[in-house]
Amino acid sequence: MQSKMKELDPILEVENLSASTDNLPILKGVSLTVYPGEIHAIMGRNGCGKSTLSKIIAGHPSYNITNGDIKFLGENINSLEPEERSQSGIFLGFQYPIEIPGVSNLEFLRVSTNARRKFLNKEELDTFDFEELVKEKLEIVKMDHAFLSRNVNQGFSGGEKKRNEILQMALLEPKIAILDETDSGLDIDALRIVASGIKKISSAQTGIILITHYQRLLDEIKPNYVHVMSDGQIIKTGESDLALELEEKGYEWTDNFIKET
Amino acid sequence: MVNENLVKDAVKEPYKYGFVTDIETEKIEKGLNEDIIKLISQKKEEPKFLLDFRLKAFKKWKKMKEPDWAALGYKKIDYQDIIYYSAPKQKEKISSLDEVDPKLLETFDKLGIPLTEQKKLTNVAVDAVFDSVSIATTFREELAEHGVIFCSISEAVKNHADLIEKYLGTVVPASDNYFAALNSAVFSDGSFVYIPKGVACPMDLSSYFRINSGDSGQFERTLIIAEESSSVSYLEGCTAPMFDTNTLHAAVVELIALDDASIKYSTVQNWYAGDEQGIGGIFNFVTKRGKCLGKRSKISWSQVETGSAITWKYPSCLLLGEESVGEFYSVALTNNLQQADTGTKMIHIGPKTKSTIVSKGISAGNSKNSYRGLVKMGTKAKGSRNYSQCDSMLIGDQASANTFPYIKSQQPNSEIEHEASTCRISEDQLFYLQSRGIEFEEAVSMMVSGFCRDVFNQLPMEFAAEADKLLALKLEGSVG
Repeated sequence: MQSKMKELDPILEVENLSASTDNLPILKGVSLTVYPGEIHAIMGRNGCGKSTLSKIIAGHPSYNITNGDIKFLGENINSLEPEERSQSGIFLGFQYPIEIPGVSNLEFLRVSTNARRKFLNKEELDTFDFEELVKEKLEIVKMDHAFLSRNVNQGFSGGEKKRNEILQMALLEPKIAILDETDSGLDIDALRIVASGIKKISSAQTGIILITHYQRLLDEIKPNYVHVMSDGQIIKTGESDLALELEEKGYEWTDNFIKET
Repeated sequence: MVNENLVKDAVKEPYKYGFVTDIETEKIEKGLNEDIIKLISQKKEEPKFLLDFRLKAFKKWKKMKEPDWAALGYKKIDYQDIIYYSAPKQKEKISSLDEVDPKLLETFDKLGIPLTEQKKLTNVAVDAVFDSVSIATTFREELAEHGVIFCSISEAVKNHADLIEKYLGTVVPASDNYFAALNSAVFSDGSFVYIPKGVACPMDLSSYFRINSGDSGQFERTLIIAEESSSVSYLEGCTAPMFDTNTLHAAVVELIALDDASIKYSTVQNWYAGDEQGIGGIFNFVTKRGKCLGKRSKISWSQVETGSAITWKYPSCLLLGEESVGEFYSVALTNNLQQADTGTKMIHIGPKTKSTIVSKGISAGNSKNSYRGLVKMGTKAKGSRNYSQCDSMLIGDQASANTFPYIKSQQPNSEIEHEASTCRISEDQLFYLQSRGIEFEEAVSMMVSGFCRDVFNQLPMEFAAEADKLLALKLEGSVG
């Protein structure tokens, strides 16, 4: 495949990862390597372990890693707290962004951005400087300033929540972003805004993992690789045309791969 | 799961104010009888009317029974095993702060309440009460220029006996309840505030109550009178050392607002709460009540209750004056084995009176947190309105929260609205904040502050910042 990229060090290496929750195995040996500039798509049926994989990479406490490693920029991060992972540049865009009553979006975004800036030895921003920065980033997701004074995700529509996720990604400037079904629940205009936002934020130095069911997001953001997951494993990896094939033939087609392996 | 323990640990925080000041004190013998009451009155060189007031209260108290309706469980208090008067030994008459025992000044310094001329807080006048006596009151001359009287209640008894005789016990009569009767019999010190007609008090007034002695109770008495068209903002803070015994604190606070007057009374209560096993801590049985006597008068209570092993406290408003306004904004945080039964009473007597209740209870550890409130519309309270909102937040799965709203209406032409909610800090919310780089404990504290915002917005500015920090400290480690 694209051997040019391989000269760089990988951003994320998931090595033979198995994980469980309440003693129930969810991941059964997943391996995935993301190099700078790459976009990976992970597809698969509901319950195949896609979302779990994303949560485990972000450090969700409900899952136990039973085998394998997650390396970020060459370092094992299995035992890092979620906040440490975020500060060092891992971003998870939530499928269902959580509502936090009583906490203003602006304050939340500022505290979050400053945590990342502190890690990068950048100066932390006061309210005024942060206002400037956030104004600029709001453009990317075409969000109104009024969103900032509302409570985090509270009363947001589905589309607004997803745009708020991308706004957070824009502020945190992660090394790797894992976007869990960011396209679900979006109308076609919102999908375009979100997709163009993701493209603007990503660069040759960053990696992106898109978790999705649908081809329509991949029409907007063309992945380098497509992985198909089933029952906690990646059962097939291909290039972007794999997604098209999958769209055409449906997941039933992938059932054959399981039988083969 | 993993985070359950984290949440539990975050509520543990060593108590910062647990030190004892080693100072020679004058204590009377333990126990309670008429002679003890006469002795207290004599020590304070009180006029006869006050001794009579005390003795009458004591007679009533003896006939009363300790209330047991609150959702509280504690070992019976032995009222004969308490010292009712304890004072640091000082010179007979202190004419200036220079003569105050440096140890006392140092104590208040350590508590963040500097009293000396050079260091005193610039924007707030302070009355510092140590065990049974008031140590010092700052900014008295400046306040006197505006006609504002701010002194200890003992001094007020000597210098403004007419006001004391006129108002003491008119809002909370001695027979009101068991603890009010006890306080009326044995109260030692507290603050007195008088704002004359038309004066907006030029600075915030504040009392700081310090219990130092382990075996004596604190029974302070506060009286605030706001004459026509006057206004005042009053703050109250409290701390105590860590003892493994329980200390009784039974205070009475009376507020009186005349026509167009307004009183804002804010409390940050941080008495020692006992240890993780529930050993020690203050028993806090307090009667606070304000009388909106005048037309368009307003009394607003705001409280942040974080301390005490037991809290039994219902700051209330009697709304007599037409169009008078009562408010109650409360945050009560309990942790470990703390128990709080707190709330308010809004008694609408006059027409077109209005009251607002916003209560936020946070329970962590194995604690028990109850809101208990009464809204009453009397027969003449035509066109009156009440709005109540009671929210509870649970941290961990061992804590409990209760809401007991009582509503009585004798006036069909009045409105009562009540809203209540209960929430739990969820693992998903915490993970969401953490996955955005926010430390676990900061995440909890952000959510708790957010939950309390409606109340914090009512506190004077410095107090709000302090309250925010205090809650964060109290919760530190309960989620760790």
